[in-house]
Amino acid sequence: MYRSTPTTTTLSRVQAMARTPSLLQRSAATISARTIATASRAKLNTHRRQQHQQQLPLVRHFSVSHAANNAEETLVEREPRETMEYDIVIVGGGPAGLSAAIRLKQLAAKEDTEINVVVIEKGGEIGAHTLSGACIEVGPLEELFPDWKEQGAPLNQPALEDHMKYLTENHAIPLPHPPQMNNTGNYIVSLSNVVKWLGEKAEELGVDVFPATAASEIIYNGDGSVRGIATNDAGVDKEFKPKASFTPGMELHGKLTLFAEGCHGSLTKGLIRKLKLRDEGKFQTYGLGIKELWEVDPAKHTPGKIIHTMGYPLDYQTYGGGFIYHMEDNKVSLGLVVGLDYKNPYLSPYKEFQRFKSHPLVSDLLKGGRVLSYGARALVEGGLQSLPKLFFPGGVLIGDTAGFMNVPKIKGTHNAMQSGILAADSAYKAIVTEGLGEEGSEPIVLSGYEEAFRNSNIYKELHEVRNIRPSFHTGLGIWGGIMWSGLDSMLIKGRVPFTFQHPHPDHAMMEPAAMHKPIDYPKPDGEITFDILTSVSRTGTDHAENQPVHLRLADKTIEVRENLPVYDGPEQRFCPAGVYEYVDDEAKPGHKRFQINSQNCIHCKTCDIKDPAQNINWTVPEGGNGPQYVDT
Amino acid sequence: MSSLRILVGVKRVVDSAVKVRVNSAQTGVETANVKHSMNPFDEIAVEEAIRLREKHGKDVVQEIIAVSCGPAKAQETLRTALAMGADRAIHVKTDDNLEPLSVAKLLSKIIGEEKPSLVILGKQAIDDDSNQTGQMLAGLLNWPQATFASKVDIKDGALEVVREVDGGLETVSSSLPAVVTTDLRLNEPRYASLPNIMKAKKKPLKTVSPADLGVDIRSRLQTLRVTEPAKRQGGKIVASVDELLDKLRNEAKVL
Repeated sequence: MYRSTPTTTTLSRVQAMARTPSLLQRSAATISARTIATASRAKLNTHRRQQHQQQLPLVRHFSVSHAANNAEETLVEREPRETMEYDIVIVGGGPAGLSAAIRLKQLAAKEDTEINVVVIEKGGEIGAHTLSGACIEVGPLEELFPDWKEQGAPLNQPALEDHMKYLTENHAIPLPHPPQMNNTGNYIVSLSNVVKWLGEKAEELGVDVFPATAASEIIYNGDGSVRGIATNDAGVDKEFKPKASFTPGMELHGKLTLFAEGCHGSLTKGLIRKLKLRDEGKFQTYGLGIKELWEVDPAKHTPGKIIHTMGYPLDYQTYGGGFIYHMEDNKVSLGLVVGLDYKNPYLSPYKEFQRFKSHPLVSDLLKGGRVLSYGARALVEGGLQSLPKLFFPGGVLIGDTAGFMNVPKIKGTHNAMQSGILAADSAYKAIVTEGLGEEGSEPIVLSGYEEAFRNSNIYKELHEVRNIRPSFHTGLGIWGGIMWSGLDSMLIKGRVPFTFQHPHPDHAMMEPAAMHKPIDYPKPDGEITFDILTSVSRTGTDHAENQPVHLRLADKTIEVRENLPVYDGPEQRFCPAGVYEYVDDEAKPGHKRFQINSQNCIHCKTCDIKDPAQNINWTVPEGGNGPQYVDT
Repeated sequence: MSSLRILVGVKRVVDSAVKVRVNSAQTGVETANVKHSMNPFDEIAVEEAIRLREKHGKDVVQEIIAVSCGPAKAQETLRTALAMGADRAIHVKTDDNLEPLSVAKLLSKIIGEEKPSLVILGKQAIDDDSNQTGQMLAGLLNWPQATFASKVDIKDGALEVVREVDGGLETVSSSLPAVVTTDLRLNEPRYASLPNIMKAKKKPLKTVSPADLGVDIRSRLQTLRVTEPAKRQGGKIVASVDELLDKLRNEAKVL
């Protein structure tokens, strides 16, 4: 696919190739947080004068929001950017975004009309940032392509046997599994490959697909409606100054913008706050999924076998569980999901995953095999209770950026695709059939989409399971949850007049370190368990050097001032890519400083979710950066 | 200065950030589903061609042609070159494994038809690290070659190139037509902006086959086996020089 060529990486990458992977040596400088938004007028004017002298384009200072999470705040002036007009702009090339795009083009083809659709995706190619277990339901895929098998969609391994186990340190006790966890008719896939295939189909149908393109800003009309998005400026150095290769971003305007960024989207979070799409006191809750892909000894491989686990290594207070899926070609996808509402600041989801692998059930399977890929991504756990309003003037939210994952089933892909299809149907009706959204007219308010959602299978599913995840929030921990969930999923099926709420957002659940003891995690053995930097090198992640650090701190002192003493610096433990470290401060002996190795980032969004101070703001780096997941 | 046409060769290779692994048959590395992109040295080559045009103007640098030899997906790489600023592209389509000599022969045939005055190639591809195509091409065409260029300029119809060699920097001048291969420090390639990517879709891309060009692309080399490098052994700290000598003599057996 067309790729904005990374430039500065060329030099460093080619040199890096001559040596061993240098992620181990990479340590990006501490961010100096040159938050231009807070720079004094004088500094701004000096900068402008320097700009003129260098005869570089007068550009605005990039939207570095000093207040956390203001991804859409732009600064005063800049040269107007080029714009491209579309009927529909879709942010995010994942299952939801691509399903919507495909559906729109299919409707247009059927009725012999035209509709211009663009999909932009921050990953280097479609599928590069897609990571999942995954065992998916094929209903929505069949709706889009009834002949998906003949067309070569990479769903080759049907799910054949389901197992559920409760793990203690050395044993695996079989558990009865609730009926929803039955996977007959589903397929074990690499979601990245399925999404790649969807991307090809979208292009064949005439969708403009632009990977390696990051949407960094939402463009609003004067009345607060969404007009489209802007891609980020490329060729900006660490100090936010334009380099010789500076290429300004572009604006993509649409009659409707579909936000399909996945869990905790960087633009969506600002949108929800600015347009107040969630009621006061409502919030989303999350989990972190960490996985590896292994090629195992054929003697141990049972294609189609699915195992879900609870218990070890997590304690009764921590929600989560493991999965092991036997795919085709002797490949096994396995991982651990940890609920991000965990309380113990000493918990490291990455190291819990390593412990999971050392359980005999898992290590026996993996011995003699080799690891192919590693990755991690936050996932949505809030369910129906946490859904924001799905539509607003000029746009809608589809897929996990809204949050349609069915947590007990740990399946969200089919719902994401379905939501994309529903949005596409409504959007097509509004734009083509009813001719809304023309230049100068009212922005489109797609209430039909939310209505369709409420009448859909997605809603039915989420309604039925809405009380299951929250039932784990009581003092009884997972025991309370298992008891209620067993009852609810087998008998009650959600038919109660009450709905359990989530008591607190995940970041507020972390307790001070003084209330807990450090966990003594075993050292990695290098065969089954690995250290974090080795794992990160398996994600293929890379970020062009000399660009602004994309992890922004609203207050650059809070980490050392509060998070370190109170929570013992949890960032060093909750990030599954080793981005955050507290290192000795050379300038202040005896003190620590907070270091951000942003080049290791795998775009999982956990830091933005779990930081107790809510100080870290994940913003999107240059398009094409981030992980290069293969077969995940 | 008379007008010249520049031909740039580009190759689709496994992306430099990907961690490759040997395939189970031990015949090569796993390339299925793995991200591919333009060889970094070829990006520099395309960028240099465009900078020459920007410097000397469209009257002097009449046309920039991008050429790639490879499977169908090589067209994506050509589109990237077009998006960066090349005018048209030629795709020599083949699924066979191409060795540098075959590529040089294919390019020389195309050069015979297109008659460029300057050919810019990357010094080597990051998948095979051969560093042969540019030199072989110059040999086949009997043209002067300036390899490992860190600076390229055209003055009065002659080529002046600064080469990076082991001893330092060497400045050579040659007549045109000539073959240049790029080294890392020649330039920093530009980003392809979205409007250019869209325009690139409309630029002409011609597809030919090796048979059309009458070139025999049979391999001369046979790969016997591909294995991963040996795992790094842990280092040991020795307490004295005697212990070091003992280990070098008896364990590592290098003395």
